[in-house]
Amino acid sequence: MSGPLQFVYILCAFLFILGLKLLSSPATARRGNQLSSLGMLLAVVVTLAGNELLSFQWIAVGVVAGALIGALAARLVAMTSMPELVALFNGFGGLASLLVAWFEYRSDPDLITFTAATVFISVLIGGVTFTGSLVAWGKLSERLSGRPLLFPGQHLVNILAVVALLAGGVMFSMAPAANEPIFHAILCVTALLGILLVIPIGGADMPVVISLLNSYSGLAACATGFVIQNTVLIVTGSLVGASGIILTRIMCKAMNRSLANVLFSGFGSAASGGTSGTETREAKSVTAGDAYVMLEAARSVVFVPGYGLAVAQAQHAARELGDLLEANGAEVRYGIHPVAGRMPGHMNVLLAEANVPYDQLTEMDAINPTMDTVDVCVVIGANDVVNPAALSEESSPIYGMPIIEAHRARTVIIMKRSLGVGFAGIGNDLFYKDNSRMLFGDAKASLQALIAEFKEA
Amino acid sequence: MSAEIAVLLTFIFMLAVVAGFELISKVPSTLHTPLMSGSNAISGITIVGALLAAGSAGDDTLAIVLGTAAVTLATINVVGGYLVTDRMLEMFRKKKEREEDS
Repeated sequence: MSGPLQFVYILCAFLFILGLKLLSSPATARRGNQLSSLGMLLAVVVTLAGNELLSFQWIAVGVVAGALIGALAARLVAMTSMPELVALFNGFGGLASLLVAWFEYRSDPDLITFTAATVFISVLIGGVTFTGSLVAWGKLSERLSGRPLLFPGQHLVNILAVVALLAGGVMFSMAPAANEPIFHAILCVTALLGILLVIPIGGADMPVVISLLNSYSGLAACATGFVIQNTVLIVTGSLVGASGIILTRIMCKAMNRSLANVLFSGFGSAASGGTSGTETREAKSVTAGDAYVMLEAARSVVFVPGYGLAVAQAQHAARELGDLLEANGAEVRYGIHPVAGRMPGHMNVLLAEANVPYDQLTEMDAINPTMDTVDVCVVIGANDVVNPAALSEESSPIYGMPIIEAHRARTVIIMKRSLGVGFAGIGNDLFYKDNSRMLFGDAKASLQALIAEFKEA
Repeated sequence: MSAEIAVLLTFIFMLAVVAGFELISKVPSTLHTPLMSGSNAISGITIVGALLAAGSAGDDTLAIVLGTAAVTLATINVVGGYLVTDRMLEMFRKKKEREEDS
């Protein structure tokens, strides 16, 4: 812990904190990210310059390879695939922390107990983050089945793995130099544990999982900070750890599930029957021409997008319709549910990519109080997140889940292929309300038909 | 490591966790995806440890492999994380800015 170097590290930590602070508004966020990257550059430069390193050749190999791969991935990834990329990056971060801790042990096995314990924690969190993230990446990119993978005795196997790891960790920490085989066993079991913990979780719950793994990747860096006694790693790792935990909590709350329920219940494994009794009510269907008349007269319009919008690649069409409505004198906003995309905030990015200005992107809690004054609410590819049963029907499986209260708008237009059920496998009361109109068909085609109507007029 | 340093590091850890919770809860949900990719990039700070490892690996092959792999992975995290975050944040524009551009 040499003096001047530590002061520069404190400056780096300050830049990271400032960067996160500027992320509190879209207007300053980009500058925040740039300041944060400046902090990182500074940390790298002083680390290289301020230590008497033996050789730079392996550093050069790693930095060049890493920078190339990272830059290519960042440039080429489609915005719809952002969850996969973040999952993969989480995993890499975790593995890097594990490798650093392993290196410290390798270069000096005779560690004191506190340091050996932090090596163990670093390996444990880093390893679970790595293999867990790989499974999450596989599920998100559909290389693996999104179905929860369950087998008899799963919980018992997990508990045994955790107990074995803790026992191994204690033995290793007491006498690290004499227990190299135990260290290797710990490496294998943590890798296995990461896989075991994520396979029973369904594809729809992956947003929670990547938030949690995001937190772990920070905590792994933090643990490595203890291993090499570096304050900037500890500070930064804790920031990321806190960030991931907050996002995890937000996602759980938005789905009305506890974290334990998400992680251990195998939600979505039962083939959801979905037929909750025969539906006798009738939904009113409209044509694009009818919908045009409603929208043309509207002074206030709210779009409620779901992931179905992105699947239909209809973001640009939605934005174009929004622009036309604005030109027609209506106030246009987009009401975004926290779980509308496939990771926290995902739908906002998809709409921003389609050029929707961020002042129109409105959070659920901000849009709901104004819903009574909305003339037309257009629901595109969203289902469970606008189901009023969540508010009123205690018997409903989604009862208590926060929703966008589309039903309170004067008129609701729902663009959907059919009256089918959503993720939760239940019918949607919204479709049968007096003020609801179904515009059946592909979301993109429906939007384009409306755009054509506006342009003809 | 002396007991004092262990205590000091733990104290720093505690303060940073509190600061983290305060800072992150002020990030609007609109920006949660860039927050995740950006925090991903800063968790690449483990690159500091990786650089020290790769630069002092000596002749031990396993040590060289561990150090180099750590540098590569941490660099992917840092470079990829910051660039992709910048790419996303660049898309977030106000209505006025959008009209000025076109």
